[in-house]
Amino acid sequence: MRKQFITACLYTLVTTVLLGLGYPLAVTGLAHLLMPAKANGELIAKDGVVVGSKLIGQSFTGPGYFNGRPSAAGTGYDAANSSGSNLGPTNATLIARVDQSVHAWQTREAQHENAHTNVPIDLVTTSGSGLDPDITVAAAEYQVASVAQVRGLPKDQVAQLVKAHIEPRQFGVLGEPCVNVLELNLALDAMAAQRK
Amino acid sequence: MTENGWFQIALFFLLIVLIARPLGIYMADVFERRKTFLDPLLAPIERLLYRLTGVEADKEMRWTEYGIAMLLFSLVSMLVLYLIERVQTWLPWNPQHWPNVPAVLALNTAASFTANTNWQSYVPETTMSYLTQMAGLAYHNFTSAAVGMALAIAMVRGISRREQNTLGNFWVDATRAILWVLLPISIVFALALVSQGVVQNLRPYDTARLLESQKVVTQDSAGRSVTQTVATQTIAQGPVASQEAIKMLGTNGGGFFNTNSAHPFENPTPFSNLLEMLAIFAIAAGLTVTMGHMTHSPRHGWAVFAAMGILFFAGVTTAYWAEARGNPLMHGVAQQTSATQAGGNMEGKEVRFGIANSALFATVTTDASCGAVNGMHDSFTPLGGMVPMVNIMLGEIIFGGVGAGLYGMLIFVILSVFIAGLMVGRTPEYLGKKIEAYDVKMAMLYVLVFPLLILGFTAVTVLLPHLGLSSLANAGPHGLSEVLYAFTSAAGNNGSAFAGLNANTNYYNLTLAIVMLCGRFLMIVPMLAVAGNLARKKIAPASAGTFPVTTPLFTILLTGVIVIVGALTFFPALTLGPILEHLLMYAGKTF
Repeated sequence: MRKQFITACLYTLVTTVLLGLGYPLAVTGLAHLLMPAKANGELIAKDGVVVGSKLIGQSFTGPGYFNGRPSAAGTGYDAANSSGSNLGPTNATLIARVDQSVHAWQTREAQHENAHTNVPIDLVTTSGSGLDPDITVAAAEYQVASVAQVRGLPKDQVAQLVKAHIEPRQFGVLGEPCVNVLELNLALDAMAAQRK
Repeated sequence: MTENGWFQIALFFLLIVLIARPLGIYMADVFERRKTFLDPLLAPIERLLYRLTGVEADKEMRWTEYGIAMLLFSLVSMLVLYLIERVQTWLPWNPQHWPNVPAVLALNTAASFTANTNWQSYVPETTMSYLTQMAGLAYHNFTSAAVGMALAIAMVRGISRREQNTLGNFWVDATRAILWVLLPISIVFALALVSQGVVQNLRPYDTARLLESQKVVTQDSAGRSVTQTVATQTIAQGPVASQEAIKMLGTNGGGFFNTNSAHPFENPTPFSNLLEMLAIFAIAAGLTVTMGHMTHSPRHGWAVFAAMGILFFAGVTTAYWAEARGNPLMHGVAQQTSATQAGGNMEGKEVRFGIANSALFATVTTDASCGAVNGMHDSFTPLGGMVPMVNIMLGEIIFGGVGAGLYGMLIFVILSVFIAGLMVGRTPEYLGKKIEAYDVKMAMLYVLVFPLLILGFTAVTVLLPHLGLSSLANAGPHGLSEVLYAFTSAAGNNGSAFAGLNANTNYYNLTLAIVMLCGRFLMIVPMLAVAGNLARKKIAPASAGTFPVTTPLFTILLTGVIVIVGALTFFPALTLGPILEHLLMYAGKTF
């Protein structure tokens, strides 16, 4: 028993060095050697300033940008405090929040042809992480008319921009098609700047 | 539901079938100490490790010695984890300067990771230093998985050996599981994850300048609403990929970030999602083949695999159907599948995964005792959320945790053989071993500890308004589901949660720690006793009265026994939770 106890102590020590330090540091080294940008979070820089990560959603709520999904992370898209809403399907708070979002969208889109269509589900629900970088294609197309109007851009050009940013299923099979909101909005800014 | 969705689910399972055989045969070689292609690299490391730690590699252990070695190692490594958490602020690799983890939370976490549960009462990115995550938490992801694998192999030896008193050497089995299986696969897998965008660094959190500054309404000390403008986003970083790989492969499930595999830095693409799901099932599926080979009855291994497969498809079909239907209480929203969106109940789910991959992940992670999540189970529809809960309640044997799934399943195999024996009135035999009173008593002890923990603690908790109910995030039947899920997850060593429940209180941290440790170690002891007792027995030649364990009939009987034991035990509790909530949801009731 005493011998087993000593072995247990030594075994914990040795394997901690191997698995707790050696392994993660080796992987870190290899990752930085082979794929440094990916290992650091695919940060996007604009004019030398980091404006976000391709993978991490940002809060867009104004009418001049394509909006992402509502977020339950911190005060919204807090990437140092990821969280879902964890509201259950029969929670009155959830249903009221969705109703409110639907109403806000229908008000914003009131003068456009989609005024009376149902709002795509992802635009009124929070994601699991609160940091979802994507929206569905339906959600992007839903916003084209109002974004184009606020930005003073031709609608078909904005629609084209959305089309160019659709990420299809990976390898044609996996996941769901989606649109990265930050990348789309950066392209939108670039398009607006070009016209000036 | 879409054709593509079903195709992705079928593709996933096909890949598991393809992985199981080669990996299973490889693991049989590893544990029977035959030659493998990694020997030139690993054998010297193995010898060095034994020399440094004083392991006598050729000494065989009786089941009691095997159990004591396992318990001592678990105890010592658990205390070390507790210690690391309690002093992390003075240790390196803490760029965000997190303080030491409070005692009760540190205890809960240490128990949780030692028991291969990875229940998380804390928010990792605001609590744990990089060192704690690497050397404390990810370390236990390796060792608790290796312990599980060693125990499963001990059980298999109990079945295959005849007239022997020993089950192998715990240290050797654990070491070979780590060096030959977990570590090499993790290194390759971690790099594959980085290629998809999973981060791997030791730098402080980044700050990004937002394109559109954010208006945030907060309350000041006097309770007045204050509008602040936020122009930056802090982006948490860390050595994620290395931890992610072993978190999945070892069916541990503890996220580097609070939202686990829903977080884009843990699971950025549908391909990373597929890899992660495959990693959850790979070893557990392979071990059924290992078992078949080590007992010289490969078809028995596949018969067990088939029972697991049937239960897997039953779960994923139900979850996918329920989630794709959406939430009938939401109005003015498009929840139907169309050419441009997957539709369904998207609250708590990520767009890149959609419904099919969220339902599949939830099923896989709870079939195995992983507990990682790529969507929030708390926000699933009532029946969709019941699937993960039922998967755990069946005993974590649908592939199950690495090792734990197999030995759990073998206990049910013994019960099935026993019941088949009763039906024909002969002494039950399992692969030539007579199953006698002692074996069945120990097997029943294993089976009964589990519901006793879940239902006992749930019942007590819902009667405690200040300690138990004040932590609920949702009212009505969903609130009961939250508590029931928490204790189910803890006892089953799963670790996923209906995460609205605020479990970071002294009451929940302590009770859940007790349940996690009992759910692991109180169940291992009777299992090892069965293994030790079986190893001592003679092999009787098969006769006309022997119930064959390689046929579809056996698979059906085994599945039936599992479902009946689970249903009889938990149906009343489920009726008051998810089933009631489902009926009320379609009646238009909110809480």
